[in-house]
Amino acid sequence: MHPTPSQTVGPFYGYALPFPGGGEIAPVGHPDAITVHGYVYDGAGAPIPDALLEFWQPGHARAGKPGSMRRDPVTGGFAGRDGVTFTGFGRVATAADGHWSIRTLPPAGVPYLSLCVFARGLLHHLYTRAYLDPAATDPLLAALAPGRRATLLAAQEDPRTHRFDIRLQGPEETVFLDFR
Amino acid sequence: MTLTQHDISREIARQATAHAATGEAAHHPARGYAPYRSSRLRHPGQPLVTVQDPEGAELSGPAFGLTDVTELDADLTRQHTGEPLGERITVTGRVLDRGGRPVRGQLVEIWQANASGRYAHQRDRHRAPLDPHFTGVGRCLTDAQGQYAFTTVRPGAYPWRNHHNAWRPAHIHFSLFGTAFTQRLVTQMYFPGDPLFPYDPILQSVTDPAARARLVATYDHDLSVPEWSLGYRWDIVLDGPTATWTEEGR
Ligand SMILES: [Fe+2]
Repeated sequence: MHPTPSQTVGPFYGYALPFPGGGEIAPVGHPDAITVHGYVYDGAGAPIPDALLEFWQPGHARAGKPGSMRRDPVTGGFAGRDGVTFTGFGRVATAADGHWSIRTLPPAGVPYLSLCVFARGLLHHLYTRAYLDPAATDPLLAALAPGRRATLLAAQEDPRTHRFDIRLQGPEETVFLDFR
Repeated sequence: MTLTQHDISREIARQATAHAATGEAAHHPARGYAPYRSSRLRHPGQPLVTVQDPEGAELSGPAFGLTDVTELDADLTRQHTGEPLGERITVTGRVLDRGGRPVRGQLVEIWQANASGRYAHQRDRHRAPLDPHFTGVGRCLTDAQGQYAFTTVRPGAYPWRNHHNAWRPAHIHFSLFGTAFTQRLVTQMYFPGDPLFPYDPILQSVTDPAARARLVATYDHDLSVPEWSLGYRWDIVLDGPTATWTEEGR
């Protein structure tokens, strides 16, 4: 069957998609938790204040678990994650300065976090990967020229903090992926 | 110089002609579609890098369940103490993969303007009334047949600033998950027969007429509820690599 076409997320998804704790993927107080953060830039180098990022890491189970966006049946509002379950899913909107951050566990089984980028002006979402280990190797990285490869490697700021910027266009444009 | 609808319509026509000349189907919009001005600095110039990775994390995906959705989330007319203004509608359909198999138990999220064409969002400055009884946000899980259903009001058309006198046709924004992260889809559902279709660079960014038709719901009288609501049907097919689907019956 032919797929339903994509359309832009637009500017007004604010009440619908971001949720409190969307970037708090690691269970509360987990000793291995890391911070991953960065900026999203457009082709003129300007920060994008209305991008939405989704993160996916399957963990050792290689499957997702419910509970990312639990609802409070009394108020109908968000109840937050249960503090224990690792669902592998995160979602954050960029701030007015284009910045985003998440707290999660180091990826298991693969050396990267999977990302999906949505934004006003972007008619079809974009996939990329944030490789957290600067020495990571895999067939995708190996196939890229060094300059392009560098766009997928997060910079380690301290043992528990990684910086990953996303550039939608331009000379340092991030490598975006098409899965076949 | 003011950018007019005439200018944009001419660009839209050029893009449509260029697509027709390829003689090929195009299921999705090109990310760089000049008539939609916001796309100009927000699309990659390099081609996407193809990944064929059966171990890739992207071939699995997030899961949602009982705790993530309450029953009331699917009725956008019951989220406040009073009834919202507008024409009450029910929107339903199935979520399928490219093999025609139902996508079960997955999250469907929607958002929309109110009946006057105004979003409950601080940055929407359109001078149409807000409705204190309507936020315009809903969610549900697909059932065992891949079916979703929402009760809401028909959204209004609204102006935007792509060019002078630019108006978006009425639409509902949809966000969908499949079983694989690669099946993720964010899109918009339109209403049949809207006179604004040819003028809208976002809808027209889908340059293939057959693909564009797949974004338009069907009015279905059997779905209308007597003395209550008008019914629309809209089925959704998620894209994704062949690893995530097989032809029906295979
Ligand atoms: Fe919209």
